[in-house]
Amino acid sequence: MRDRQLAPGIVAGRLDPAALQSNFTDLHPPLDDHEALVAADRCYFCHDAPCITACPTSIDIPLFIRQIATGTPEAAAKTILSQNILGGMCARVCPTETLCEEACVREAAEGQPVLIGRLQRYATDTLMEQGVHPFTRAAPTGRRVAVVGAGPAGLACAHRLAMKGHDVTLYDGRAKPGGLNEFGIAAYKSTDSFAAREVAWLMQGGGITLETGKRLGREITLTELQEDHDAVFLGIGLGGVNALGLSGEDREGMRDAVDFIADLRQADDLASLPVGRDVVVIGGGMTAVDAAVQAKLLGALNVTLVYRRGRERMNASRYEQDLAASKGVRIVTNATPIAVHGNGAVREVEFEYSDDDLRPTGERFRLPADQVFKAIGQALEGADLPARDGRKIAVSGPGRTSLPGVWAGGDCAAGGDDLTVTAVAEGRDAAEDIHATLMAEG
Amino acid sequence: MADLTTNFIGITSPNPFWLASAPPTDKEYNVRRAFEAGWGGVVWKTLGEAGPPVVNVNGPRYGVVYGADRRVLGLNNIELITDRPLEVNLEEMRRVKRDWPDRALIASLMVPVNEDAWREILHRVEDTGCDGVELNFGCPHGMSERGMGSAVGQVPEYVGQVAHWCKKHSNLPVIVKLTPNITDIRKPAQAAKDGGADAVSLINTINSITSVDLDLFAPEPTIDGQGAHGGYCGPAVKPIALNMVAEIARDPATAGLPISGIGGVTTWRDAAEFMALGAGNVQVCTAAMTYGFKIVQEMISGLSQYMDDKGFTSVDQLVGRAVPNVVNWKDLNLNYVTKAKINQDDCIKCGRCYAACEDTSHQAIAMSEDRVFTVKDDECVACNLCVNVCPIEGCITMERMAAGAVDPRTGEVVREEYANWTTHPNNPGRCAAE
Repeated sequence: MRDRQLAPGIVAGRLDPAALQSNFTDLHPPLDDHEALVAADRCYFCHDAPCITACPTSIDIPLFIRQIATGTPEAAAKTILSQNILGGMCARVCPTETLCEEACVREAAEGQPVLIGRLQRYATDTLMEQGVHPFTRAAPTGRRVAVVGAGPAGLACAHRLAMKGHDVTLYDGRAKPGGLNEFGIAAYKSTDSFAAREVAWLMQGGGITLETGKRLGREITLTELQEDHDAVFLGIGLGGVNALGLSGEDREGMRDAVDFIADLRQADDLASLPVGRDVVVIGGGMTAVDAAVQAKLLGALNVTLVYRRGRERMNASRYEQDLAASKGVRIVTNATPIAVHGNGAVREVEFEYSDDDLRPTGERFRLPADQVFKAIGQALEGADLPARDGRKIAVSGPGRTSLPGVWAGGDCAAGGDDLTVTAVAEGRDAAEDIHATLMAEG
Repeated sequence: MADLTTNFIGITSPNPFWLASAPPTDKEYNVRRAFEAGWGGVVWKTLGEAGPPVVNVNGPRYGVVYGADRRVLGLNNIELITDRPLEVNLEEMRRVKRDWPDRALIASLMVPVNEDAWREILHRVEDTGCDGVELNFGCPHGMSERGMGSAVGQVPEYVGQVAHWCKKHSNLPVIVKLTPNITDIRKPAQAAKDGGADAVSLINTINSITSVDLDLFAPEPTIDGQGAHGGYCGPAVKPIALNMVAEIARDPATAGLPISGIGGVTTWRDAAEFMALGAGNVQVCTAAMTYGFKIVQEMISGLSQYMDDKGFTSVDQLVGRAVPNVVNWKDLNLNYVTKAKINQDDCIKCGRCYAACEDTSHQAIAMSEDRVFTVKDDECVACNLCVNVCPIEGCITMERMAAGAVDPRTGEVVREEYANWTTHPNNPGRCAAE
């Protein structure tokens, strides 16, 4: 066991199965009934509550917490899901410490916010365990809408359109729906196939036909979709991964963090997943943290996360940074990668210190590495898309693109903050706008 | 540390904390452990007539009202008086008193309203060496259906009659325990005093249904699909008990009548409040039933610290100290003008003061775009609701306006002198001002 941890190179089974299971269990275990009541009781039921304002989907948090406190978590779930149909996943992955819980007045009063995220999970889990879909579709409108991308934005959009009575075809390039919920989130945040279960539950509402293995620009084209549907929503995310642009970037052991994370999520047996002994993660966002923490949990001996600017500039929240540190990830800031060394396989990554404006200091250092994860951002892929604003699809108002009849939302659309919950809000709001547009056409 | 020794109608105890007649005092085993924990006295679980004892239900006896985190705020019971043979209780009382001579031991009694029955029971308890008797005229459930308990306490003539019999047939101090299930608590207290009782104790439990099982459609506690009203006690009843104690303490007809305060006493502070309103000691039940006998240690240390802080050397200096300040509404000073003030440094911006005032009071709090809450002095009537609903203690305070200032709500100058409703111009029955 000890030997496997010290073994150099990229090897599987560094930890025994029991340790792996313990490492990848729920980061925050679900609240039991009594814990939920105690937590709910701390809510002050604020007037025009700051937590609602802080929530990208504007969930009526004081109301749902009061519904929990009075023994009706099913009603609480309905309050949540009416604003955010992926409220179950958002309860698990939202950086609540920078959203609702940061705004909670008890954070101001005591530094201990109401456990909004975990209460939301309690409510949504209760309802979903009953296998109940709380909403019913409106009468059919006869309108057909294509939603491309079955990630958070696409699912939220498809759901809202279906509820309005439209017939939705939901396309996704992968074999499974869910997008980043299924492939891009740390395993300890979505245990027991929650993403897949949530999609299956959402689909119970009816009105949505799922077409997997359909990639935009390959199996399907935007032009065809426009011809065959009354409206199109693009929630295609960011399929490409930014390159470091360094010599030696193609050496063995260099990997995109998103692929590593996806492998982890799809693995049937974590003990069969190889990981390096000395792992270096380059980047400062949630993907970097998720890759670094999971590499450590998988048994890597040394994991170093290196970000080119200061800690406060990292996209990962302070909470996530602290989580990484608590799991044993070393965080190095103000260091820019300049070379990958090795003979065939990577052996070292060389960095140069730089200030927050990326001005190099001239001082360099090397980190030993047998595996390097690149997590410096993703990019929009695909031709024949609507006009861009920078590197993403330009949108105005609720996701309207430059093409008539085409809306966009989630990570592929400009603006927003690349959060699951923001993608849900954008998909939902685009659906409302699509609905209004289609109904106005008469 | 202040001396808490208490002399209540000639009965001394090392502190004023007695356990009330209830399940905690039902048998020797409990009472010995209570004394070991530090309780100053106990009123033994109510004794009935000799012969076959009463029976209790074999289903749930208690119902409860919870606050946050299942904190017991109110407890209701349908238990009757002791269901153990009289001889067993008397023998145990004798042994306990012999071993704990410095603690108060009171016999609680409940027998039918006839002189022979009371004479008989009094003679039997005198042999135990107990320090006094408490007449249970309070229990509102079960025994009242048989003409005892609150059925007696609700008829002042019966109260006076039985008190008289007890004084006539016994030399023991007599405490009459009053039921709150009555319109005017002063009447049975007066009757008890007139009958010769040495003291009253109050309150006994309040008629109640704690909750309804919404699946069975039956009151809690539910016995085979049905429920009966029970007696309510615990922290929830304290305000009712405090008022009744004060009513008796300030009634000229009963002024000076010793009172043993009962009703939701949970902490030293509760006890001090009862004593300030005239109670010479307090009796505790629900708090012990919730947390165990050990709570008396906090009560002892807390009351001692408070008395030290106040410079009191005897509980007598505390007893009744607040009674002169309990007045009727008409006596309150209408020239005492206050306004709510919100301390912005303490405010956590929850907006509860705003919601309460805007929706249900006087629309006297403004809310800015960035959630700053301020009081509109020209609308504030000083109702105190914002203070009450604010989750931060001391964040909102009531500030008195100085004499000579103009109240922006009424446009009138705040006057220095005391003036109440009896002289107010709007009062058709006012007295002429001096």
